[in-house]
Order: sequence, then C-alpha cells, then structure tokens
Amino acid sequence: MDLAFEQADLAFQQEVRAYLDEVLDDELRRKLSQSKNGYVDKEGQVKWHKALAKKGWVAPHWPEEWGGPGWTATQKYIFDVENARLGTPIVSPMGVRMVGPVILAFGTDEQKKKFLPPIYNGDVWWCQGYSEPGAGSDLASLQMKAEDKGDHYLLNGTKIWTTHAQWADWIFCLVRTDATVAKRQNGISFVLVDMHSPGISVKPIVTLDGPIENEQEINQVFFDDVKVPKENRIGEQDKGWTYAKYLLEFERGNTYAPSIKRAIKKIRRIAAAESDGCGGQLIEDAGFRDKINQLEIEATAMEFTELRIFAALSAGQAPGPESSILKCRGSEMQQRVSELVLEAVGVYGHPFIADTFAISNEPRPGSDYAGPAAPAYFNYRKTSIYAGSNEIQRNIIAKLVLGL
Amino acid sequence: MDFSFTEEQTLLRNTVERFVQDKYDFETRAKIIKSDDGWRKDYWQQFAELGILAAPFDEDHGGLGGSAIDIMVMMEELGKGLVVEPFLPTVVLGGGFLRHGGTAAHKAEVIPAVIGGECVIAPAYAEPRGRFNLADLETTAKKDGEGYVLNGHKAVALGGPWADKFIITARTSGGQRDEQGVTVFLVDKNTDGLSTRDYPTVDGYRASEVMLDNVKVSADAIIGDVDNGLELVERVMDEGIAALCAEACGVMKQLVDKTIAYSRERKQFGVAIGSFQVLQHRMVDMYLNYEQSVSMTYMVNLKLGEDATERKKAASAAKVQIGRAGKFIGQNAVQIHGGMGITEEMDVGHYFKRITMIDTQFGNVDHHMRRYAALSE
Ligand SMILES: Cc1cc2nc3c(=O)[nH]c(=O)nc-3n(C[C@H](O)[C@H](O)[C@H](O)COP(=O)(O)OP(=O)(O)OC[C@H]3O[C@@H](n4cnc5c(N)ncnc54)[C@H](O)[C@@H]3O)c2cc1C
Repeated sequence: MDLAFEQADLAFQQEVRAYLDEVLDDELRRKLSQSKNGYVDKEGQVKWHKALAKKGWVAPHWPEEWGGPGWTATQKYIFDVENARLGTPIVSPMGVRMVGPVILAFGTDEQKKKFLPPIYNGDVWWCQGYSEPGAGSDLASLQMKAEDKGDHYLLNGTKIWTTHAQWADWIFCLVRTDATVAKRQNGISFVLVDMHSPGISVKPIVTLDGPIENEQEINQVFFDDVKVPKENRIGEQDKGWTYAKYLLEFERGNTYAPSIKRAIKKIRRIAAAESDGCGGQLIEDAGFRDKINQLEIEATAMEFTELRIFAALSAGQAPGPESSILKCRGSEMQQRVSELVLEAVGVYGHPFIADTFAISNEPRPGSDYAGPAAPAYFNYRKTSIYAGSNEIQRNIIAKLVLGL
Repeated sequence: MDFSFTEEQTLLRNTVERFVQDKYDFETRAKIIKSDDGWRKDYWQQFAELGILAAPFDEDHGGLGGSAIDIMVMMEELGKGLVVEPFLPTVVLGGGFLRHGGTAAHKAEVIPAVIGGECVIAPAYAEPRGRFNLADLETTAKKDGEGYVLNGHKAVALGGPWADKFIITARTSGGQRDEQGVTVFLVDKNTDGLSTRDYPTVDGYRASEVMLDNVKVSADAIIGDVDNGLELVERVMDEGIAALCAEACGVMKQLVDKTIAYSRERKQFGVAIGSFQVLQHRMVDMYLNYEQSVSMTYMVNLKLGEDATERKKAASAAKVQIGRAGKFIGQNAVQIHGGMGITEEMDVGHYFKRITMIDTQFGNVDHHMRRYAALSE
C-alpha cells in the first residue's frame, strides 16, 4: 500500500489544476455559489462543457477513438478530485456519462458517427426518459407504448422527473415494444428520440426550492403519436433492459468524497463569518465544530472507500454493487452538508430569493451565501430518491453483497 | 391530574379546524402565498369575528380570558392548515408583550384593536449578528428629552409587511450582550425614520428587515421596565415557543398521516409501498417522534406559569424535541413520497418546509441544548 502519486501523476495534477482554474471564469464561479440545485443555467453548463471538450477532457471514460483522453485510472481520479477541489460545474451527465457509453457499447457505426461527436462537443443536450408516473423504483413496470409500424415506432405515453428536458434536443427512452411478456424486464426497447419531433410536449415540474421560469430541474414529457425511425433503436428490439442496466452502473458510480470535502471547507468559511451570538464566531462553537469535524471524518472514510474501489478497478475488477455503497453514503453526506449550511446561516435561512443568479444593486437580506441555503437543503432531498432510492440501493447491497 | 380539554377549548379548536377545512384548503393557500399581499386580510377580519384573536386576553379588555392551553389547541389546528396569517406574531407574541408588560394605556387601546383585527403586530427581536441571543443587541435607544431615539437594524421580523406596529428590542444601557440594559418598545410602522425591506420566506410567509434611522418615540412606547426588559422578552418568547410547538405538532401530524396514506396508495412491484417493512418501521418511528412531541408540547404549555428557571427549561426542552422530531419526520415524509415529495404541487413538501423553518424560529436545537444545560447547572 502506498498513498503517494508518482512524479508523472503530480505533473498531470498541476496541468489539470492550472487549466481548470483558468477556464472556470468569474461568472461561472458566481453562478455556482448561488446554485440551489448543483447546476447553473444552460448557458453556463454549455460553456463549461465546451471548455473541457476543447482541451479533450470532457469524456474521460470514452475510448480515444471518440475523443477520450486515454487516461489511466489514477489520472481519471486526479481529474475528478481537481474538479471537486475547485468546485467546477457538473458536466450534464445525460450525454457524456449515460447515453454516450451505451452508444459506444451497443450502437451501430452510423449511430456512433451521428450521435457521439455532438455529445462530445456539447452541441446537443440530452435527457433521460426512464421513469414514468407508475414506474419509479419498479422501473421494469414501465408502460410507454412503442408500436411497430414497419420502418418506425409510434410512441404514446409519458415520462416523468425528466431532468432538464426543457433544454434537451434528444431524449433516450425505455419503451415497451412487447406488452405480452411474462417477465416485465423483457419486451423493453431502448430508443433515441428527437425532442423536436411532432407530438412531444414538455411540462415543467416545480420543485420545493422554487425555481424561476425555465430553470426548473425536472419535467414531465408527453408523447402523442411520436414517430421514431427504427434506426434510432439501440441494439435489439425487446432487449433494452440490458442496455438500461449497463447505463445505471455509470449513473451511480460517482466519486463523492472530494466534493464533500470541498463543501465542508465552505461550511467552515460560513461558520467563520457568522457570529455565535455570544461575542464570537460560530466556528468557535464547540457543538457546531463537532458536527463539521464528524462530517469531515466520514468524508475521509468515504474517500478511502472510493480509493479502495478505484484501486480494485485499476487492477481490472468491475465496480458492481459497490456503486450502491457510494451512492448511499455519498448522497446522505451531500444532504448533511446542505443541512449544516442551513443551520449555519441562522435566521437568514428564512428569506426567499427567487432568482439567486440575478445581479442586483439592492443588497439581499442576509449574506449572499444565505440565499440558496434553504432551497438547496430542500432540493437535496432528491439525492436519496433519484438514481435508485437509497432504500433500493440498500436492497441491492443486502441481496448482492450480503447474499441475504 | 387532568389532560382533558374544557368545553371552551374544544369549541375554539373546532372553530379553527372548521375554518381551515372550509377556507384554507391547499389550493387556496397556494394562491394566498403567491398573491401580492401574501395573506388574506378578510380572513383576519373573520378571525376577529370568530373570537380567535380574543382568546388569551382579559375579559376587561374584551378578551376571552383563555390560557396557554387555549392557544395550544388553536395553534395545532393552524399548523395543520399551514395558515400564514400572523396569529403567532400578533396574538401570541404581541399579545404577550402587551399583557405582561403593557401600560394601562396600551392595554386599553391596543388590545381591543388586536382583538378587533385592526392591529397587526410584528415583534422585531432578532438582529443580523445576534444569532439566537435575545440580549445580543446592536440596536440602541438613546434618551432624548422625555423620549428615546432608536437606531439599528432588526432582522427577519415575521409578519412585518402586514404590521401596523412593531415591538422592538433595543439597548438602553450596558454592553452589547449584557442582560441588563434591554428595553422593549412599541413603535408604529409609520413613525418617521422607520423603514422596512419586505420579502417572502422560503416557507410561504412574509417577513421584513426593519431599519431604524433616528426613530423618535415617547416614553409611552416602552413596554415593561427600562433596562429590565430581557426577562419580559424571554417570558414572551417562551410562550411563543410553547405555541410554536403546538403548531409543529399540527404540521407533524399532517406529515405522518399523509405519509401513511400515501404509502397505502402508492404501488410499486405490484404491492403498496407501505407493505415494505423498512418503510413500516420508518413510519413507526415518525409516529413515535410525533407522540413524544405532543407530550412535550403539553408539558411546556402546562409549565409556562412556573418560576422562570422551570419555565425556561421546559421551553428549551420542548424546542429541542420538536426540532429533532421535525427533522426526522419531515425528511422521511419526503423520502417515502419519492419524487412526488419534492414537488411544489404536493402538499407534503410544504409541510416539510414549514417544519424545517420552525427549528430556526426562537433558536434552533443547538441553541436550546445550551440554554437547557446552562439552566441545569
Ligand atoms: C430530482 C430528480 C431528478 C430525476 N431525474 C430523472 C431523469 O432525468 N430521468 C428519469 O428517468 N428519472 C429521473 N428521476 C426519477 C427517479 O429515478 C425516481 O424518482 C426514483 O426512481 C424513485 O421513483 P418514484 O419517485 O416513483 O418513487 P417510488 O418508487 O414510488 O418510491 C417511493 C418510496 O418507496 C420506497 N420503495 C420503493 N420500493 C421499495 C422497496 N422494494 N423496498 C423498500 N422501499 C421501497 C422508495 O425508496 C421511496 O422511499 C429523477 C428524480 C428526481 C427526484
């Protein structure tokens, strides 16, 4: 066992650090500090995506043939850590991390040529059409109908909780091509749908954090006789579940610890700025400090869990159900971060600032960091619900890791 | 020993309950909190007509002579409906200051106006740098002839935008955090030099920053004794806590009931999600947390009349209980609702937001743990 990076990795780390620091401009930093849900607006998201694409760094997991940087596992990890350290925007995962790998693994050459470059370059925005009103945790019960019409499918039904559908040019959907099957995982197909097709409509879902217009995080998407050419199907008809599951492993296999450690630094800064009502600063309050330190210790446990998993990966092992461990602990820590920020800002958690991105001459009630505190706390309840709820993750661990 | 309610209390509860059922359904509330005014003034008038605003005041001043328990049963019902009209700031806190510290003139003039629904009061006790310490005051009141001149900035005065009068704590002597030297003033909103910055709150209320720039008031504005106001402030805030705990019980009751109902209806994997044992145990724990909170709410409301140390301990203990229980119940209610739980369209999220912000009102769990510890030494 050894913790130290090699010389070449250290040089790489410096290079990453310098470039990220250069392209993360003041505007992006300002918007990030005011984000209620971890994202900035579409313009900012695209700007960041393109800055990474230009350098060849936007899709670390892709093969070099399609623009991947050919990094080692250590380099990928360093890249993640440096992004988290600086607090850069999350690259919208739906293209690069979700549908991209599926197209790479199961797509035809035509599909690869058509879809991968615009994903890479950030020219098209993708969204994920898995969940339906009746099919959340029980995804395999999905019902959206795709009728076989010879050269195309005719789609009818609805998808819900679709992140950033209002910004999307394309959606990848799980649809039911066979409703007669006994096992519901069968009879599902994976199709790519142009969001500009006739018959698609998007209805915003307003979340608790009170987003402003067009900045909503989630939507319901309705499909009314939408034609999808068969060439937009991934892999075989009725075999979509296999591709869908492949994607989920990518969705859940994030690193959490570096960004949580960064967030803890931010809490320390806020606590140093807030008074404790006893003539000192909140950071001097032993009880509050205990909570921050406790969280930091848990983040360290998380960090070394991630390192262990990642070391196993570089030796050629698959992540498998370990991604569920990361998802459970990581999401719960993200929530605790938002809880501590809200606690730190005291009474100034109350004022509601509708548009936290807006620049105004009128000072806000309370400090700038207080504005997004409560909305972020409300919004981050999502992290234990989405990408497979934490109850479902624990079921997976019980079954696949503990063998219960 | 007797834990039953009097006929009057049951009547008051039923009155508020019926009002909420008939006039404060979820859609109506959603419209109210989005409206320009943020409240229904006509509802406030109806509260007056129904006698709701009169409950705690002496019969001499036109009140009903009710007790803390009367307030408790009403607050619980108001909590169930997430009613935003300023009963707590005006009647419980404002009323408390007037009852315990008001001059004969305040009682004769202001109390009847409160009861009649003509006067909304917003207490402004918090400050930007005071956190939850009621004695940490940068706002000053300097003697000026017969009267006083107030300068300072009061933070997050709930109900401020609707207020006719503010109750303002200021320092008349001593150092910034001294217990001595705190004085309470009743100030008309339209007094020269007083301005507000109004805004909605994350849980659907309205509040104000109150700026005091050479605000001149006469000595008649003082509630209680000069320099000795802190005990009065603490007493009224403890009564506020007792009432807030009752509101929290109403909110938690809804969160628990709605979650149980949802878990019966929502089907995944071919069964109601309420049949999953892990969710059953979670809901049982929500229920246990709720029951403990009801007990602590009774406890604090019954102990408001005891000596100051007992009263303070009771208030802090109850506030810790509802803070912890509220967080557990709120978070799990959302979790069990899945994606629906974080939508604005579903009521559960609004109860979650309210219960979250209740922890910050009158001092959070940490603050009251420390206050309790100091009183127990
Ligand atoms: C912010 C956000 C963004 C999202 N983005 C997308 C997106 O872009 N695309 C997309 O397709 N989907 C998206 N989702 C949907 C997400 O994947 C679902 O919300 C999730 O799968 C849960 O489904 P549900 O909301 O229907 O809850 P339900 O499945 O109804 O679950 C309700 C509760 O029951 C519990 N439960 C269910 N089954 C079991 C069980 N067997 N044992 C124990 N407990 C159980 C759950 O854990 C939960 O607490 C998003 C969701 C959110 C909140």
